[in-house]
Amino acid sequence: MMAATNTRPESQPSSDKAAEIWAVLAGVLDPEVPAISVVDLGIVRGVMVSETGAVKLQVTPTYTGCPATALIHEIIKAAVISAGYFEVEIEQVLSPPWTTDWISQEGREKLRAYGIAPPVGEAAVGKALLFGVPPQVSCPKCGSNKTEQVSEFGSTACKAMYKCLSCAEPFEYFKCI
Amino acid sequence: MNIYRDESNPLFQYVVGLGDDALILGHRWSEWLSKGPNLELDIAASNLALDLIGQANLLLEYAAEVEGAGRSADDLAYLRDTQDFRCHWLCEQPNEDWGVTIARMLMFSTYQYLRYSALMQSTDRQLAEIAAKALKEVTYHRRFAAEWTVRLAQGTDEGHRRVQNGFNILWRFVPELFETSGGERTLANDGIAVASDSLEADWRETMDEVMTKAGVSAPETSGRVMASRHNGHHSEHLGHLLCEMQFLQRAYPKASGATW
Repeated sequence: MMAATNTRPESQPSSDKAAEIWAVLAGVLDPEVPAISVVDLGIVRGVMVSETGAVKLQVTPTYTGCPATALIHEIIKAAVISAGYFEVEIEQVLSPPWTTDWISQEGREKLRAYGIAPPVGEAAVGKALLFGVPPQVSCPKCGSNKTEQVSEFGSTACKAMYKCLSCAEPFEYFKCI
Repeated sequence: MNIYRDESNPLFQYVVGLGDDALILGHRWSEWLSKGPNLELDIAASNLALDLIGQANLLLEYAAEVEGAGRSADDLAYLRDTQDFRCHWLCEQPNEDWGVTIARMLMFSTYQYLRYSALMQSTDRQLAEIAAKALKEVTYHRRFAAEWTVRLAQGTDEGHRRVQNGFNILWRFVPELFETSGGERTLANDGIAVASDSLEADWRETMDEVMTKAGVSAPETSGRVMASRHNGHHSEHLGHLLCEMQFLQRAYPKASGATW
């Protein structure tokens, strides 16, 4: 199930200072998909600020081997420090595991505007199928539903390659996991 | 008495086994880079390698923590010798060609799928969380391997011959998948680990489903476990693999660590 807007962690800041940091993070873009923020992507799971202003962040990886993970931690840290919080600690959390369902509605629209088709449907649950049918993805350029999968792997772990049969544009699809 | 069997810390041995499987299979996939059958599959290979090495990283980090001897995940990956690895022989076998590589991936990703699914119920929270994360990736890997098995086998005679050859070569490693060590059994009884032999029926059912659909068959072998990974026994291929994988860290030990 897609996390409802009111259950997303950024909608429930633990304090005013935490709300301020959430706002800062909403401006930190994913280095590999610089169209959406780390908050839209749903990888920031918690922001805690102590009385002395020490910040503890909980961040989860998209894929276990995502090579951008270390870089994402660095730029998140840098952004929080720039906002005046000099003591920042990042804790990597694995649970609940990230899926594309964690991408916010707003994030999905930003992806589409950037030229990446957002994930279609919900991540597979229960007994996953052995043989998959590629999802029906609409072209982020012209909106046509006549598209086909070129490869289920793309330039980063989280994307597949598609092409539009109407406007002939190749495009990337943020695949569902 | 076996000098390599170390049952002093069964949880460490078990988690290292999970991590080594992912690490060694991930390394095998990385060997396809720049040599893939086409550009898309070259990219697929790098993605599969990345996922597996990511899983290895989480698992070996946890193993290092369980061991509590001050070793890091990198130390475990790059500074152990063959007899201290606990990966399955199936993972360390050479890629050969795309048919063999796909047959192996179907066999092992099906196994990993079942093992991670069961581990999600582990009473060890860390293991359960890693398993839940890894399962999402392995589900995708298994589908990739199942579809390629069918595509090769139902495509040309040459494709059929090659993927069938993969199963012919690799089927002798099936029994070791289900060999359950004493330490693993004890951990399983405590709800921490998954006893490997409990996965066999489901594994055979999935393999049968895909292989029937593809029109390939399992060779007749009276395979049995001759030498056990649990004792640190491996085929000669693991040593050659480690020569390449561990070269940098061993040649330049002073530079290893955070500087990479």
